[in-house]
Amino acid sequence: MFLALRDLRFARGRFALMGAVVALIAVLGVLLSGLASGLADAGISGLRALPVTHMAFDEKATSEQFSRSTVEEEDWQAWSKAPGVERAEPFGNTLANAQVTQGAKKGERVNLAVFGMAPDSSLAPRPSKGEGLKEGGAGIVITREIADLGVEIGDVLTADRSGVRLKVVGLVGGTVSYGHIGVVYADLDTWRHLHYGLPGDLPEAASRQATAVALTLKPGADVAVVERATGTLAETKEATFDASPGYEAESSTMALIKGFLYVISALVVGAFFTVWTVQRKPEIALMKALGAPTGYILRDALAQVVAVLVGATALGTAVGLALGSAMIGKAPFSLSAPAIATSSGLLIVLGTVGAVVAVRRITAVDPLTALGATR
Amino acid sequence: MTTHATDHQAAADTVGSIGLRLDDVTLTLGDGDTAVTALDHVGLTVAPGEFVAVVGPSGSGKSSLLAVAGGLQRPTSGTVHIAGTELTALSDKERTAARLRHIGFVFQQSNLLASLTVREQLLLPLHIDRRLDTTARARADELIEAVGLTHRAGSRPHQLSGGERQRAGLARALMTSPAVLLVDEPTSALDRVRSAEAVRLIAEQTHERSTATVMVTHDTAIMDAADRVYEMVDGRLS
Repeated sequence: MFLALRDLRFARGRFALMGAVVALIAVLGVLLSGLASGLADAGISGLRALPVTHMAFDEKATSEQFSRSTVEEEDWQAWSKAPGVERAEPFGNTLANAQVTQGAKKGERVNLAVFGMAPDSSLAPRPSKGEGLKEGGAGIVITREIADLGVEIGDVLTADRSGVRLKVVGLVGGTVSYGHIGVVYADLDTWRHLHYGLPGDLPEAASRQATAVALTLKPGADVAVVERATGTLAETKEATFDASPGYEAESSTMALIKGFLYVISALVVGAFFTVWTVQRKPEIALMKALGAPTGYILRDALAQVVAVLVGATALGTAVGLALGSAMIGKAPFSLSAPAIATSSGLLIVLGTVGAVVAVRRITAVDPLTALGATR
Repeated sequence: MTTHATDHQAAADTVGSIGLRLDDVTLTLGDGDTAVTALDHVGLTVAPGEFVAVVGPSGSGKSSLLAVAGGLQRPTSGTVHIAGTELTALSDKERTAARLRHIGFVFQQSNLLASLTVREQLLLPLHIDRRLDTTARARADELIEAVGLTHRAGSRPHQLSGGERQRAGLARALMTSPAVLLVDEPTSALDRVRSAEAVRLIAEQTHERSTATVMVTHDTAIMDAADRVYEMVDGRLS
């Protein structure tokens, strides 16, 4: 880095400009990563929190299965007896509207993503405050998103259409949402009232239904037979994220924007170092004429590339983190260390790839051109 | 031409294998109809401490002589010896190393690196050779003083005058204690008074540090300082 460092200092204006571009891209990278994880949290954190490995949906529902699939009691019973299945439990999922009818925020309207499950199943929430679900009590456990609206334990919400009274009995901390709506946990019958919008007693048929069978499968379990017998299809928990509304579109848009950013950054870095290397040709010829091996000059140039990229990316990431922290709570935004490390790392790696293509020109410079007359 | 080569062969024997020796060197550039003979059976021997000037018009092959003597270009035929090593027998890699250790170049308009101070220009060759230590730093300071640039040691090329740059280039060339010093048109950017000074300094350093020095120039006014003067016409030395 004998020459590289001194060139950096000497041509600091030019390097600062290029570094600023990389730094700004790093800022964008952090913000996009934060937005992507924020959107993912808002979209599927409720699903992610479920202690299952797979979900089995009605095979006739091929997209947005959480809204379209219905399974019957026989299905989860068949699943629980199938080989390789550790646990199979009914899971209900629906979106509902309600109004606070008792509590500090009386009159406030709330949107709910209702997760229904048997109170004694593994899916049932473990509240950090208050109590858990009880069979037949119409008690619900709310999550932070709903609590942030001012709803408290002891409040009563009344659901639209069915008019079911939902008493808040417990609270789960952390981000738990589904389709950008805060999750509430309810027992299966309460869930059915909300799902079908039915007051009073449930019809016989409805009381044996759920949205999906929540499964815990042993590794390598072959479930083809039970799938055929029940007319259901099991998907991994991660694959069910795409079944939640809007999630696939959001995450692929983010991935596309990020992909373009990395390509743009690699091209900017490549273009800069191409011009820089071409400008430096007489100096490179001189160094070779003085007896510098090509490897020495290449190492020097690459060290410079990496120094600039690491410096600019570190600066941009720091600025992005500062901006991002200010955005938490105001936008679907969350800072996840692995996502940010990947984003910044890719920026450095792809930038280096772009620069390597440019810096390779050093190999072709003829030391003879250092002699005046042959220039 | 053959007689010339033989004369120099005899001279080389008296000075041993140190210094610079070109034997029957021919360099043809291009091929077929466009082929040009840049060097035509050139023989030249320069002893340590000897200052040889080669004058000639542009296009006479002066630069080719430096390129071949300095290991930048392989001659079509003939041999080049430097400090007892046959340069023409070395691989490209070994020639690069030989340039670094045994050959000092002073280029036209000195060719300094824009971002380095005068002192750093001198340290660079030793950094390349991984020999940058306190001895090297002391030697850099000593050489900077010898060429009268002590007050300019921390300046970058754009802050120096043409003459100062030339002197910095000379100091850099001497940094590795080379056996051979090759000087290309040292006065092309200098006025008459400064040209004379620059050449006097080269002559002085040649004698003091026992380098075998070859200077090519088209400026016939600066030849007085040289121990021997050759003329180059159409690739032939006389």
